[in-house]
Amino acid sequence: MSSSLVAVSYLGATILFILSLGGLSNPETSRRGNLYGMIGMTIAVLATVFGPRVTMAGLPWIIGAMAVGGSIGLYAARKVQMTQMPELVALMHSLVGLAACLVGFANYIDPMAAVGLSHAEKAIHEIEVYVGILIGAVTFAGSLIAFGKLAGKIGGKPMLLPGRHFLNLIGLVVVIAFGYQFLHAETTSAGMTALTVMTIIALLFGIHMVMAIGGADMPVVVSMLNSYSGWAAAATGFMLNNDLLIVTGALVGSSGAILSYIMCRAMNRNFISVIAGGFGTGGGNPAKSVGDAQPVGEVVSISAAETAELLSDAKNVIIVPGYGMAVAQAQHAVNEISQFLREKGVNVRFGIHPVAGRMPGHMNVLLAEAKVPYDIVMEMDELNADFPDTDVSIVIGANDIVNPAAQDDPTSPIAGMPVLEVWKAKTSIVMKRSMASGYAGVDNPLFYKENNRMLFGDAKKMLDEILVALKTPA
Amino acid sequence: MRIGIPAEIIAGEKRVATVPEVVEKLIKLGFQVAVESGAGDQANCDDDSYRAAGAEIIEGAAKLWAESDIVFKVAVPTTEEVGLLREGGHLIGFIWPAQNPELMQQLAAKKATVLAIDALPRMLSRAQKMDALTSQAGVAGYRAVIEAANAFGRFFNGQITAAGKVPPAKVFIAGAGVAGLAAIGTASGLGAIVRANDTRAEVADQVKSLGGEFVKVDYEEEGGGSGGYGKVMSEGFQQAQREMYAKQAKEVDIIITTALIPGKPAPKLITAEMVQSMKPGSVIVDMAAERGGNCELTEPGQSVVKHGVTIVGYTDLNSRLAKQSSTLYGTNLFRLAEELCKAKDGVVNVNMEDDAIRGLTVIKDGEITWPAPALKLPAAKPAVAKPVAVPTAKGHGGAGTPASAGKIIAIFGAVAALFLLIGAYAPAAFLGHFTVFVLACFVGYMVVWNVTPALHTPLMSVTNAISSIIAIGALVQIAPPTMLGLDRPDEWIRWLAVAGIALTAVNMIGGFAVTQRMLSMFRK
Repeated sequence: MSSSLVAVSYLGATILFILSLGGLSNPETSRRGNLYGMIGMTIAVLATVFGPRVTMAGLPWIIGAMAVGGSIGLYAARKVQMTQMPELVALMHSLVGLAACLVGFANYIDPMAAVGLSHAEKAIHEIEVYVGILIGAVTFAGSLIAFGKLAGKIGGKPMLLPGRHFLNLIGLVVVIAFGYQFLHAETTSAGMTALTVMTIIALLFGIHMVMAIGGADMPVVVSMLNSYSGWAAAATGFMLNNDLLIVTGALVGSSGAILSYIMCRAMNRNFISVIAGGFGTGGGNPAKSVGDAQPVGEVVSISAAETAELLSDAKNVIIVPGYGMAVAQAQHAVNEISQFLREKGVNVRFGIHPVAGRMPGHMNVLLAEAKVPYDIVMEMDELNADFPDTDVSIVIGANDIVNPAAQDDPTSPIAGMPVLEVWKAKTSIVMKRSMASGYAGVDNPLFYKENNRMLFGDAKKMLDEILVALKTPA
Repeated sequence: MRIGIPAEIIAGEKRVATVPEVVEKLIKLGFQVAVESGAGDQANCDDDSYRAAGAEIIEGAAKLWAESDIVFKVAVPTTEEVGLLREGGHLIGFIWPAQNPELMQQLAAKKATVLAIDALPRMLSRAQKMDALTSQAGVAGYRAVIEAANAFGRFFNGQITAAGKVPPAKVFIAGAGVAGLAAIGTASGLGAIVRANDTRAEVADQVKSLGGEFVKVDYEEEGGGSGGYGKVMSEGFQQAQREMYAKQAKEVDIIITTALIPGKPAPKLITAEMVQSMKPGSVIVDMAAERGGNCELTEPGQSVVKHGVTIVGYTDLNSRLAKQSSTLYGTNLFRLAEELCKAKDGVVNVNMEDDAIRGLTVIKDGEITWPAPALKLPAAKPAVAKPVAVPTAKGHGGAGTPASAGKIIAIFGAVAALFLLIGAYAPAAFLGHFTVFVLACFVGYMVVWNVTPALHTPLMSVTNAISSIIAIGALVQIAPPTMLGLDRPDEWIRWLAVAGIALTAVNMIGGFAVTQRMLSMFRK
């Protein structure tokens, strides 16, 4: 295969990747979009393998490595539970980061890469290598920690080292200093030392960055790492002079960046302050700031049977799921209830807050898994105006995203964050394990509203009880 | 402590202060309950049902009063009843301290502790569950419609039958307080066309929510008084109101009036002329009859026919639905008992620090504590802070408001400087890649904003799969065509590349597979 043929194959692959992302604009076209992605990837890989830059001697290695990696990937994809998607995605990001590092190192020790480069070109090439490995290492370490946090292997609480911004700054200075040394290294082995030190610092930086971020900010982190993995690919593309990698990396990178931006806006948080870590850069205890404005009123609890009664009398019901639903694996029970009610002519809809769950779109995937039709699953903006006409709104394992303090209390740490206005329904029911506050550590005045009822207990168990009560005629 | 439930002795009072279902709950709080024999007979609760619920049945009022630490009553106690009350005992029920100063003196002389359920601070949201005025008014409102239907000669709902068309009844309800709203709901439930008016304009939404139509008085004045009642309105307003009532009287079949002003006789809304102007067979139910009535021709306690219009002035609407009224009233008192006995040990603690209990307590150990100091809560709380201006940026398509001109110039300047720098130093080959990179970022930006938020998780997993394109970097390193004269560490590079390929293959295959799995779940 000639190099021109390879070039047009890459162009075709690029177009297919763009179409693939475009297809996701609608569930109808999304499956085709994924197919485009697969075709594009196949074309790109085949064109490379049979192109002029790979000799047949490498074929057994390639097939072997692909087979091993591919079967692991396929196994993971088959076995993963939908509630564990955030973990899987984080883990996969770390693989991209690690691969970027390996390719960078391999490229650096490969003398062929620098053949025929002018002095300026060589310098640029080395910067590309350096930056590529840097991004790759940060992505790798950060994603691993994110995976640990999401899987519950590492505590969700932000770890705030004293003077953490200062530490990061020192890291940056050291990285730049070693970069200078790296550029002026006479031999490969001398450059190697600088490169290794930088990699270690980058790994530490990645760990530190994600450790400092709280559980509720996880959607931002996951999408940010998604973006990083794209930039790592783009940097590798620069290093290898390969436009396909650059374009693909840029697509992925901007996609992740947009997702991070959407998530930040949905929490009314500044991207910088999320990355800087903790909740509230004051680093203090945000709960105290609302201490003297304790919500008035009292918490009224309700039983599963009473909830069922309310539901069977309702005409309009909106269900607002949160991370608690994922934890309790309650999505199937939710679906059964909504199906039962819909058969009886109740208008049941789902309201999804952009940051519900631990990654963007997490709730949609869970509900889809439970076979909830996607046309009754609405975005916050689509149904927030409908709450006043709603008889019952049910909040399942969510807290901050339905906190009226975000609108009413300018001193609240989450003031200004857009929230689902469940309290405007005639009755709102909050399913929760206890009265503990959400990740933001803010008390929720919703629980004290007159028309609010609390249904305490494990979400799955309670929903099952509601279903039983619904099905037994009174 | 023992709670005593005497039989109500006032003529026509059929309610009882607790029902068997509530007795069980009281016992769970640690109280003993004693019920006078026959107390619940007229509310369909016989002695046996009380006994089954765990109450003790005591013959004779004297014995019951003497043996009870706390007495639950419905109607205002009579002088004889006060005489029976144990020295230093507790009494809970309707007292109306403003209207009954003598009664207050008698009770104080008994060194009693008296909680007047009518003195509840109703604006405390926590107090709602104890609000007997509301629960009783709701029942009365319902019953008023039933009385009207009973006296009215036609259907409430419109029907088209083989025998001809029946128009729906038109019902006008004056005053949309608790009773008025209950009446609106009941009447519209029966199928009537319901109109309602209230001096408080803010209740219009509640009227509509129950299926009624809010009729405005053509005059600007705000009529909200304290504690959910209306206040006396100006002369000009009253004139406009009279005109509106006169008009409604000519049109509607049934008028139900509920207008009360605290501490004053009921306002006369319906004049004799208005009654005359009504169609024969029409009905007026005057729920304010006890306080003189909203209609000039009302005879309290009676149902009379004047000018062909039946005017129902019953003052015992609650007793006409005794079981329901008693159940709700009993529950209100139970909630109060819960507040008084937070330890659930059957001992009441009249905590004067508690706003709700402070308001209820009109006599404490023989000392008159009525009226309670005004609650600072509702007034001190400034009209709930205006909702914070939530950024109005909508879902897709970038920022909602255009950035300011200065900001745009600054960004353009920074970008131009960056480009100049790159252009000045970077070699041509790099610039080609850089162009591709920047354009690709823009394409990515445009494409990704169109992705529906529901598919954000698949978006992440598919971009993740696509980013495994980095495999190409490893592929080209594994076995490139050899170049003579170069000392290449083949082994090292090969192993690094093989590891790279294996890692990205996990992503590539796994990413696409899991995306496919997810997307196949999205269905209509």
